[in-house]
Amino acid sequence: MKPKFWTRFCRFLPLPATLLLAGCHMALLDPKGPIGEAEKSIIVTATGLMLLVVIPVFVLVFVVAWRYRASNTKAAYEPEWSHSNKIEAVMWSVPIVIVSILGVIAWRTSHQLDPYRPIPSQFKPIHIDAVAMDWKWLFIYPDQHVASVNEVAMPVGVPVVFHITSATVMNSFFIPRLGSQIYAMANMQTADNLVASAPGTYRGISANFSGDGFSGMTFKAVAMSKADFKQWLANAAASKQTMDAAAYRALEKPSENLPVAYYSNAMPGLFQQIVQGKFAPGRMVASSDMRDSARSE
Amino acid sequence: MFGKLTLSAIPFNIPIVMGAVAFMVLGAIAVLGIITYLGKWKYLWTEWLTSVDHKKIGIMYLILATVMLLRGFADAIMMRSQQALSYGSNMGYLPPEHFDQVFSAHGTIMIFFMAMPFIIGLMNCILPLQIGARDVAFPMLNNLSFWLTAGGAVLINVSLAIGNFSRTGWLAYPPLSELHYSPGVGVDYYIWALQISGIGTTLTGVNFIATILKMRAPGMTLMRMPVFTWASLCANILIVATFPILTVTLGLLALDRYLGMHFFTNSLGGDPMMYLNLIWIWGHPEVYILMLPIFGVYSEIVPTFSGKPLFGYTSMVWATMGIALLSMLVWLHHFFTMGSGGNVNAFFGITTMIISVPTGVKIFNWIFTMYRGRVRFETPMLWTVGFLITFTIGGMTGVLLAEPPADFVLHNSLFLVAHFHNVIIGGVVFGVFAGLTYWFPKIFGFRLNERIGRWAFWCWLIGFYVAFMPLYALGLMGATRRMDHYDVAAWHPLFIVAAIGSGIIFVGIMLQLAQLVVSIMQREQTRDTTGDVWNGRTLEWSVPSPAPAYNFARIPVVRDIDAFWDMKQRGVDLKSATFVPIHMPRNSATGFLIAGFAFVVAFAMVWHIWWLAIAGLAGALVTLIRHAFNDDRDYHLGADEVRRIEALHGRVQARSM
Repeated sequence: MKPKFWTRFCRFLPLPATLLLAGCHMALLDPKGPIGEAEKSIIVTATGLMLLVVIPVFVLVFVVAWRYRASNTKAAYEPEWSHSNKIEAVMWSVPIVIVSILGVIAWRTSHQLDPYRPIPSQFKPIHIDAVAMDWKWLFIYPDQHVASVNEVAMPVGVPVVFHITSATVMNSFFIPRLGSQIYAMANMQTADNLVASAPGTYRGISANFSGDGFSGMTFKAVAMSKADFKQWLANAAASKQTMDAAAYRALEKPSENLPVAYYSNAMPGLFQQIVQGKFAPGRMVASSDMRDSARSE
Repeated sequence: MFGKLTLSAIPFNIPIVMGAVAFMVLGAIAVLGIITYLGKWKYLWTEWLTSVDHKKIGIMYLILATVMLLRGFADAIMMRSQQALSYGSNMGYLPPEHFDQVFSAHGTIMIFFMAMPFIIGLMNCILPLQIGARDVAFPMLNNLSFWLTAGGAVLINVSLAIGNFSRTGWLAYPPLSELHYSPGVGVDYYIWALQISGIGTTLTGVNFIATILKMRAPGMTLMRMPVFTWASLCANILIVATFPILTVTLGLLALDRYLGMHFFTNSLGGDPMMYLNLIWIWGHPEVYILMLPIFGVYSEIVPTFSGKPLFGYTSMVWATMGIALLSMLVWLHHFFTMGSGGNVNAFFGITTMIISVPTGVKIFNWIFTMYRGRVRFETPMLWTVGFLITFTIGGMTGVLLAEPPADFVLHNSLFLVAHFHNVIIGGVVFGVFAGLTYWFPKIFGFRLNERIGRWAFWCWLIGFYVAFMPLYALGLMGATRRMDHYDVAAWHPLFIVAAIGSGIIFVGIMLQLAQLVVSIMQREQTRDTTGDVWNGRTLEWSVPSPAPAYNFARIPVVRDIDAFWDMKQRGVDLKSATFVPIHMPRNSATGFLIAGFAFVVAFAMVWHIWWLAIAGLAGALVTLIRHAFNDDRDYHLGADEVRRIEALHGRVQARSM
């Protein structure tokens, strides 16, 4: 597979649709990171490959339907003709060829773009823990000991390893312009490796319905220069609000459309405790069982 | 005494709901009043409600499906208008707790109580006729299946008036659907409505497999079965294979909610993701339970209107079986984003893509059936050509979603919503309308109005594209599904366009209702006296329209795939000289009563009225035992009576006797 070639080859194929929709901003077709970029190229490539067979099918439908309409008595009519090995061979093999190519792409890219796969980079990745709550996102920076609600900052060009869980029902962690979403599930930890290639504020959402406050469960993903990121961390570290067990319990109560907030002194191990269900209703002192530790990491 | 049920369960304070309830109640009173006024209760009871005739049961399925289509579409209009309004500071007119019920009810109703009854209704009306049988294998069970489905549908509508419906989406993913997060009765309504209708569907599956395998006319080998029969056989095998999974999964969820168990909860070892796996192991084959019979419908229509046999019958049969098998190997593509890793995702992505091979072959089969034919573009054929184009687009976006990395950004987006409406409306719904127009003369004895049918088709086709193409774009713009409100300016115009599209579809549906009324009024002009309005090819066209209770006075002998075409070629005389008595099943109230009791059990379980649940269960059991001791369940229709009925259709040889 040569992505460059196919991208170029296929770029003009969805052109009519693109023209029709000019003016609408297509977040997924204008990604701001290599993961989103690769996913976009798969969308474009796969669509192009399929159009190779779909467009002829359209033409065939219209041409055959028109030519053999009942009123056109000049067209050939073979009332008993119902089999042809040649046509059968073609109509089985064309989809098989296309699907084989798409299958190879699926196999390779499923591995290359596995959200768990670290992004190679000259920079050491930063770790951010993301917790889906009713109905907001808590972000914990375990190495910098700060936390934030409904805003996550990251330096441009530095890979980010998100560890994700849920304090409530299942949600899906998704920043459309950076790429891959992944489920946030209680008692379980998932990972999403992303990197932003340009500074900007990108919309972050929960992409899985989670109840009444779901529509407002958005966050700002801010990609910034390293200097700005340092400043952002310092700003959070200076916050008067701290993220300890009591603050977490207060935050855990359902609320909607919360403004952005920053917390200093994020409690060490908070994320692991959430994953292990230590805050879950009725599990104040429950120990982590085998399953929990197996799921973590 | 009444469990959780109190007067406060009726939402008097919500005008929209009370309006809908008032509409429903007035409608019901009107219908009951008309029946009483006309004095038709006895007729209704003996000729319809207790009927074990597959054709009448089929018609009742079609009526149920039509009513539920209107209900489900009302939900769709509400969603589209809410999303067209609720941008920025405007919150629209539906608060989340109401909007969430609307989309949950829309999905549940459209799949379980619109699409399924339409398809099972068509099977009931046509399938026994196609294979030269006099009824299904278990006629009483067939009646029970219908009433269980109807009971589920009624229960869902009751939830509108008493209490709430589920707010957890059409598949009720836990832990959101668990007691902790959904303490109300909504999810319980969902569970019990699906449980009773699901059992009905399972029994239908058993019934039709037995019918197809054991009751075909002599000479109809498997490889001479009409493709609609083949596709229905595959769909019913899928029903029997997968509906028990749905029953068990919902049963486990009910155990969690009623007895405090922890199969799918967040705590004590519960695993919500197990529910996702189980529900989709049923859910994906379900897509093909809907789609396969409809592929069958198109495979009947295209040859008839092209005046040619189906191209590549053998290919078509193998493709159908291949799809049925593969449909059980793809369920994980509904949650690639769970994080199962490259190997698992790639496996399920590739199996999903492989399904597009036999599906693509079918498309070519239909095109080459038209090739060198004489294609008559009457309404059924219009729907078919609309399907060929629309479904191909839906199939293409489906294969795109099967690429796991593409799904990582498109999952749960409006792109996905557009995709499955693209295949379900463009495939299943268009097919249902094609099939209904095609078989309407066979079922009711007169044709549907052609002109209004064409208008309705164009409204549906254009409305579909206007309503759903913007959703593809919105998905690419990062809009996710199930939002009651959003704050992105660029999305707003597209949501408005989509709402206009749903308005165009609304006009289409109104035209279809008008078409029905006009067709009934003009029925004398369009009456089908030959039984073969379209110059058909399969056995259902060899009997009078509508078919007599016993279907075939003389069981036909099959010598070819297009059995009736072959008979016409050979000049077989449909008239008979001699008649024999015909063994017939007696009507039975058992199915109606058991389903009635099942409804009582379900309603009692929803509201925790334990004594009533036990009483209902006992009632069902007693009815069943009583039926088991009933020996008077069949009779013979005398030869003279058969002769009399056949004579009405001009099917008695003049020089007889």
